Amino acid sequence: MCLESKTSNIDTWRPGASLDVLEKIAALRDCIRSYMQEQDVLEVVTPALSQAASTDPNIHSFAAGGRYLHTSPEFPMKRLLCAYARDIYQIANVFRDGEVGRHHNAEFSLLEWYRVGMDHHALMNDVEALMQRIVEQFSIAWVQPQTIRYTDAVSRVCEKPFDEVTIQHIENVFRQHQRYYPAAIGNDLDAAMDLLMDEFVVSQFEPSKACFIVDYPASQAALARVSVDKDGYKIAERFELFWGPVELANGFHELVDAGEQRARFIAEQQTRNSRDQSSTPMDEHLLQALSHGLPDCAGVALGLDRLMLVLTGCDHIDQVQAFAGDRA
Amino acid sequence: MANYNTNEFKGGLKIMLDGDPHTIVENEFVKPGKGQAFTRTKVRNLKTGRTVERTFKSGESVEGADVMDTEMQYLYSDGEMWHFMDPKSFEQLAADKTAIGDAYLWLIEEAMCEVTLFNGQPLAVSPPNFVEMKIKETDPGVRGDTATGGNKPAYMDTGAVVKVPLFIEEGEVIKIDTRSGEYVSRVKN
Repeated sequence: MCLESKTSNIDTWRPGASLDVLEKIAALRDCIRSYMQEQDVLEVVTPALSQAASTDPNIHSFAAGGRYLHTSPEFPMKRLLCAYARDIYQIANVFRDGEVGRHHNAEFSLLEWYRVGMDHHALMNDVEALMQRIVEQFSIAWVQPQTIRYTDAVSRVCEKPFDEVTIQHIENVFRQHQRYYPAAIGNDLDAAMDLLMDEFVVSQFEPSKACFIVDYPASQAALARVSVDKDGYKIAERFELFWGPVELANGFHELVDAGEQRARFIAEQQTRNSRDQSSTPMDEHLLQALSHGLPDCAGVALGLDRLMLVLTGCDHIDQVQAFAGDRA
Repeated sequence: MANYNTNEFKGGLKIMLDGDPHTIVENEFVKPGKGQAFTRTKVRNLKTGRTVERTFKSGESVEGADVMDTEMQYLYSDGEMWHFMDPKSFEQLAADKTAIGDAYLWLIEEAMCEVTLFNGQPLAVSPPNFVEMKIKETDPGVRGDTATGGNKPAYMDTGAVVKVPLFIEEGEVIKIDTRSGEYVSRVKN
């Protein structure tokens, strides 16, 4: 009861971010643009509203007037890559239905960029160079991020490489640590892995240290290439950047095979159907572009609001956007 | 009772878990960029008062608990049950020992209390934050000693024992904070 009257007393016309934070957001964008310019990465703008949408069953698009608000600018940016084979970047506001929380807002800012000729390891160096520039500008201490392979992170907890881990192993880990394991996960191994990573790996990261997790299970490839690593694991050529427990960026050595891309879209649509989710139209423009040819490239999306959280020490996304949540 | 989806979760929401009514104390949306979303909560069992962590898969739906807080007037105790009355409807309800918990220490006839009802029956009782009670028994007061900060136990009719300053006399009325059980002030007649 007390809580409700408290929230209704907040002046929702007022910005959540202080003027100091707004100035830092502007400085961050300037810093990114100067880095990209030096690297000869071209700034582009692609439509926020599109006929096609992401088919990812874990990402929910807003529908508007028979079109969809983009959840990331990935597809049209890849079409530009197919057409012009040039390094490009974009700072875009994107929209994801149902994502509300301390580190989530339905509308948020992404920096997305693509480097032609790079794989995900080379792109990680690029991400690190940009981060180095940013932390210098903001006078923030930053230790070079360490890189952990997904399988090593999992086997530290489960004592098994990831391709041998089953739902039963994961449930046992939760039981051993006397943590609650939600039965609703059912036989969704990837969901169980997500929860395992969050509870036992990511939430243990030291707050002031950054870390890359690299080489995800092939079942979590999304739009990354799948390959076999030196130990024989089937992996997705994908990485994520964390700062403390905050997930900042996700990058891929991009899948270029149009047939494989179509197969993944169809599989995702089937998953959506099996979960009684609304179906979304797959991006035929992207598939045509991939058939034309995507240059070998790597791409990454970095959440700018989350980055502001760690740069300013704020703990709620409401403090790093002018008008988040109910203020919007 | 209505069902609630995880995206409707918020602090104070009352839900049924393992057959008991719970209130959500904290909830946090957790989601990797490319993966399954979860709602991590801390919930308090309204019967036992225990707080535990529960994680839900996003989109799970949970039965709501028919729990409401009402202001009721305390009437009397017959030794086994404590009787309350709704001042508007004059309806009377009896709370048992479990529901009363430690609240009996602070119940004075006619005091307005917050009674939490589950399926229409008292589940918990919160006494007023401050009550005024007459001291039944305490050591004789030390006149003029207001500065040394010492204290002594004072016994109330209800069985409550409150630490009071040394200058307080038997038969005096004092104000008590029921949340901490601490003496607040002397009440002058």
